[in-house]
Amino acid sequence: MVPEKTSLRLITVAGPPSCGKTSVVLRTVESMQERNLKIGVVKFDCLTSEDQHRYNHAGIPVKKGLAGGLCPDHFFIANIEQALQWGIRSGFDLLIIESAGLCNRCSPHIRGVLAVCVIDQLSGVHTPRKIGPMLKSADVVVLTKGDIVSQAEREVFSFRVRQVNARAAVLPVNGLTGQGNLLLQKHFQNAPLVASLEDYKLRFTMPAALCSYCLGETRIGPDCQIGNVKTMDFS
Amino acid sequence: MTGTTILNQKVSFLVKERPYLLDFFTAMAITVPRNQTTLKEFLQSIPSSQLSEFSLNHQSLIDQCLDFIKQMEIFRLQPQQSITEITLKAGHDKNGNPEPNNVVLKVGEVVALVGPTGSGKSRLLADIECLAQKDTPSGRQVLIDGEAPDEKKRLSGDQQLVAQLSQNMNFVMDLTVGAFVRMHAESRLVPDIDFRIDQIFATAVELAGEPFTLETPVTALSGGQSRALMIADVACLSASPIVLIDEIENAGVDRRRALELLVKEEKMVLMATHDPLLALSADRRLVIGNGGIQAILTTSPEERRVISELLVIDKKLSGMRDLIRTGNRLSFSYFLG
Repeated sequence: MVPEKTSLRLITVAGPPSCGKTSVVLRTVESMQERNLKIGVVKFDCLTSEDQHRYNHAGIPVKKGLAGGLCPDHFFIANIEQALQWGIRSGFDLLIIESAGLCNRCSPHIRGVLAVCVIDQLSGVHTPRKIGPMLKSADVVVLTKGDIVSQAEREVFSFRVRQVNARAAVLPVNGLTGQGNLLLQKHFQNAPLVASLEDYKLRFTMPAALCSYCLGETRIGPDCQIGNVKTMDFS
Repeated sequence: MTGTTILNQKVSFLVKERPYLLDFFTAMAITVPRNQTTLKEFLQSIPSSQLSEFSLNHQSLIDQCLDFIKQMEIFRLQPQQSITEITLKAGHDKNGNPEPNNVVLKVGEVVALVGPTGSGKSRLLADIECLAQKDTPSGRQVLIDGEAPDEKKRLSGDQQLVAQLSQNMNFVMDLTVGAFVRMHAESRLVPDIDFRIDQIFATAVELAGEPFTLETPVTALSGGQSRALMIADVACLSASPIVLIDEIENAGVDRRRALELLVKEEKMVLMATHDPLLALSADRRLVIGNGGIQAILTTSPEERRVISELLVIDKKLSGMRDLIRTGNRLSFSYFLG
């Protein structure tokens, strides 16, 4: 009998909506599956997601978590340990946590867990500065959709990524053809093994919350703003 | 230079020496003082409340700032260690048949890639891009100046060997030609920005044949003008030693002139083309089929003589093109003259 697995290689993949996360993951794990590695995916999203069908179609076990009315970042972190344990029970070698729709203020990356950020080069050269912690705290930054923008813009884009995160590996990957995924595979395979996330820490704090709007308030006006509220200076 | 030395230097001096430092603070919405403050004093004067928004404290800010300077310096010095030769050690095709020979690319050389769609041209390119070390389906190995690249460096993605020029590429930024080239030059950390802008602009106009100005928005350039600007920009500013040109035969630019320019700027040019004039302008042709290099053809003396005949035909064709463009009719007399 094969001894039961007690840990797996965990990877968080984050990036703005529609930047190509699912395509990059699919192209990258394809040939890893061919080498008989067992791979699972947990997809975190805000309201809806159809990406699980794409994973199912590729024969990759997938669980979907929708934050619905909750803050997607808090929802993510409250479920991550359970997700990991599901992955270990399922006997995966590799578990990929894909999260979209998290606001750019946040980052799902955890210390001691391989952190990947995907950004699309069509989104313009100012994007790297706007994305914030999920880029700044990543170990690997994947740049997609480079095949249709000029060489100059690609070079400016990766320079700006390095300005925000000087330590990360920066890898162009084409989500359609898979070109460039070999080096990403190597990063996946070298990801640290994790048995439990207890006592692990987020790389970046979640937003301070708990104002009345977190609790469902919809009316506008000073009387309705109770709790942790920050106001702008318009003087 | 050590971290301590940098920390004790004046901010105004540092910013003058390393303009990129401004970007570090701009990203955090912090204004840089222009007075006599040292970097250390300045960093420590930033209120903790402002830093906590970025999950930083004063120590981690200092670390990040020094780290940033270090990385930017590595980046700035990169072009000085220029690559003169890339070796592609022979692998095998899809059936495991070995490729005939190693291919060595040298600066200033033009190599054509020929073979039908699906023959393995993209695979070859992908091998070069990921610095294959016998770990891709082709089993090829890439050597830089005769040596296998350091695995850690390979995984960092720092070394982008291939710059690409293809018909599918567009400018997506809304900038004028001048501002566009300036932005690229700034990101390359070159010292002589204005000189580069003039050089690239003049070259691009020459290649395009139809004039435009530094104030023209890049998105308003015609197909030929865009391609010309991309070629001039890659030749003069790109960090990558290899330029891959994919089907520029219909790009509306002076193709032979474009090749000359890239060669002059010491690029290694790989060109996917079936245009006889372009293919014979190359020093060698790699014949790709079934996922591997099937043959390496050196352009023969006879083929070189064919070029002069092709140039006559090409001139005729472009003359006819001009007649069509200007609303004229073609006649058989054109062939006789």
